[in-house]
Amino acid sequence: MSSIAMPDPDPRVLSRAPQIVAALRGVLPDDAVISDLEETRAYECDALTAYRCPPLAVVLPRTTAEVAAAMRVCHDMRVPVVPRGAGTSLAGGALPTADSVVIGTMRLRDVLEIDTANRFIRVQTGVTNLSVSAELEAQGFFYAPDPSSQLACTIAGNIAMNSGGAHCLKYGVTTNNLMGATVVLTTGEVIELGGPEMGPAGLDLLGLFCGSEGQLGIVTEATLKILPRPEGARPVLIGFDDAEVAGECVARIIRSGVLPVAIEYMDEPCLRAVEQFAHAGYPKCAAVLVVEVEGSAQEIAFQLGKIREIADALNPVEFRESRNADDAAAIWKGRKSAFGAMGRLGDYICLDGTVPVGKLPYTLKMIGELSRQHGLEVANVFHAGDGNMHPLILFNANKPGDLERAEAFGNDILRLCVEVGGCLTGEHGVGIEKRDLMGVQYAPDDLAIQMQVKDLFDPRWLLNPAKVFPLDASQPHRDRAAAE
Amino acid sequence: MTMTPRNEAELAELIAARHAARAPLRITGGGTRVQMAHLAGDDLNVSGISGVVTYAPGEMTLIARPGTSLAEIETMLAAEGQALAFEPPDMRGLLGGNGVPTIGGVVAANASGPRRLFAGACRDHLLGLRLVDGRGRVLKNGGRVMKNVTGLDLGKLICGAHGTLGVLTEVALKTLPLMPERMTLAIHGVTATDAVGLFSAALATPYEVTGAAFHDGRAWLRIEGLAQPQLSYRRDRLLGLFAGREVEELDGPASTALWRDLRDGAHFSGTEAPLWRVLVKPTDAPRIAAALEALGGATSLDWGGGLIWYSGPGAAPAVRGIAPHATLIRRGGLGGAAFPPQAAPVAALSQGLRRTFDPAAILNPGLMEG
Repeated sequence: MSSIAMPDPDPRVLSRAPQIVAALRGVLPDDAVISDLEETRAYECDALTAYRCPPLAVVLPRTTAEVAAAMRVCHDMRVPVVPRGAGTSLAGGALPTADSVVIGTMRLRDVLEIDTANRFIRVQTGVTNLSVSAELEAQGFFYAPDPSSQLACTIAGNIAMNSGGAHCLKYGVTTNNLMGATVVLTTGEVIELGGPEMGPAGLDLLGLFCGSEGQLGIVTEATLKILPRPEGARPVLIGFDDAEVAGECVARIIRSGVLPVAIEYMDEPCLRAVEQFAHAGYPKCAAVLVVEVEGSAQEIAFQLGKIREIADALNPVEFRESRNADDAAAIWKGRKSAFGAMGRLGDYICLDGTVPVGKLPYTLKMIGELSRQHGLEVANVFHAGDGNMHPLILFNANKPGDLERAEAFGNDILRLCVEVGGCLTGEHGVGIEKRDLMGVQYAPDDLAIQMQVKDLFDPRWLLNPAKVFPLDASQPHRDRAAAE
Repeated sequence: MTMTPRNEAELAELIAARHAARAPLRITGGGTRVQMAHLAGDDLNVSGISGVVTYAPGEMTLIARPGTSLAEIETMLAAEGQALAFEPPDMRGLLGGNGVPTIGGVVAANASGPRRLFAGACRDHLLGLRLVDGRGRVLKNGGRVMKNVTGLDLGKLICGAHGTLGVLTEVALKTLPLMPERMTLAIHGVTATDAVGLFSAALATPYEVTGAAFHDGRAWLRIEGLAQPQLSYRRDRLLGLFAGREVEELDGPASTALWRDLRDGAHFSGTEAPLWRVLVKPTDAPRIAAALEALGGATSLDWGGGLIWYSGPGAAPAVRGIAPHATLIRRGGLGGAAFPPQAAPVAALSQGLRRTFDPAAILNPGLMEG
């Protein structure tokens, strides 16, 4: 039914399943190893739900030492390992294979240290993204990266995928807010990278690990940069009757020197869905921008004044300011409910190719044309300030062939993103979803060096198999690893 | 012998030949950042691979070849009201020499000035790059867009690798709006401990302090903003934190001059004494700085205490005994490794990475080994 191939499970691993489970039980507490099919099924997929496969076993360690023990067993017995945070990956980053052991980080839940004088928090990586900021609220600090799954997603997954969020225009993504990590390597060896100091004196291995999608190791503890909470934040809503003019407005705001914390964009199909299901009271028009600025009341007023000046010159259909918290919530309501609203329209695939901001209008126009060619509807809701698109392709999973058509449409969109100078994925990661498109963005040597780095950290190619690298390109590396 | 390739293709051919011959190279751009006279090899100067490829202010993106001078880039960005937010330093005063600082050198060294505290380091603003690795392969990683998680982030690894993983041929950097107004609060008659306490207090506020440095009994805090109302608001709020202290206010031009000097280490220029750069947890800075000063010489603090500069006669083992993360920036006659030793498994992985990119060990060999 689905078109992304996964390699056949290794019969030499499957045939030893009982011994592998026994070895894991030998080094871990009883309740940390799950091998019953009824229970492992809960881990058969992540948020890319079209792809499912129960793993051989699931382990849920509580300490770095337990993660290391599990990794050592898998390494010694040559069992593939699939690291998993909360399983919210949209790219299949935590999809198991039948011959793999899932190592989940969700029981690594301790906050280890909060140091406001040195502006960091140290946590075990199974804590959720939102809970990190919640821990810091009383001290007046927060952790900046805010992926929309932040209620559920874990810091481990954020680091593995270098997660972003709506506010990263100002604050950067995970890699810009990660100061240190405790990493378990494939052999079970534990290393420390970075810490409360600003930056390494040697090679930046921490920067390499962040966003490596579980290909190099598992991060069990992290030192995260924390920031003082802004005094206030206020959004405005700007409606345009022309998508290109909305794109121009984004570029002019960025050039003006005002740096909003977020510039979100919703197109007409998205606005329709949002109106139908969330009743956010948005204007009926071609495109809506939600722009948020931060600071004291007077700083906010000053910045919004500049944004109003820029927008007015472009004849907006509407410029809606928020005068209080209720107004602000009403403006964000439509944006925040966009994905849910589209879900009501049917099944969808959500992509996250990123393009240069100046290419947004052209890219949107071409996506519209591709939509007509493929005969599938698409809605666009995305982080416009950094060109990070989120086209949602609507399809019907019960209709034979529809998923394949949607995937083909999605691949065309991602090729388009690369063509205009962008990339395949701005924040969701490659996973299995974009694995076989990597050759569109990277030449063979560009992929070769990445796989050679993988060879160094994971010589047996056991970590998060069949992700990130195209299967044909990684075949020689995997064959060499198997023959070793 | 000095080799001076004019473009990426010539460079790739040259390095492939050196790889085959296992003949080491010392890589320089403007020759203003790293002292390499102690290394073996012929000189490879890449300042001929230069020029701005693209600058798109509306996309906050700059793409340039490595030999492009930093001054040319800064002038071009300033004309559009933008800047490299990480405030790259000019090391000529500290290291001597009369070369021209280049953007390739900035990226290779991950060179970041006082604003690193607020805006992040060079590596946080690097969007993508092209380079020639030690085999002579032309490689690219990342791209030119603000958000990109496509594949392994090799840019982070290469930024700050000082040429040991490959020779840059193109870098894409994020540019940011230059805050039009700035001022500095100078607090006189404080100790290092006082200063770091003040920094921690100021940096716990939302007033966006973009510089926090200390030298010779004076602590400086820089604030920047869109216009005078924002700036004066932030000043008033911060002054509230320093009630009872003697605070001098430095306006725009004086503030700009002060931070240029702090950025470039002017207070430790014009001498030959060894100079060390020490990364620490900010609240550890007063203790570590005092211990270093006890070896003779002087210290200053930047990054709210997170960076100690130490200029003095202390021997390398003594300095590293106090400050394990110390890097020797100006040798001043000291031998031995410039970079600090790392924990064994991290050192092994770092060495493995160097051999992955540069199997014949021809690119600045030995430069980064601790």
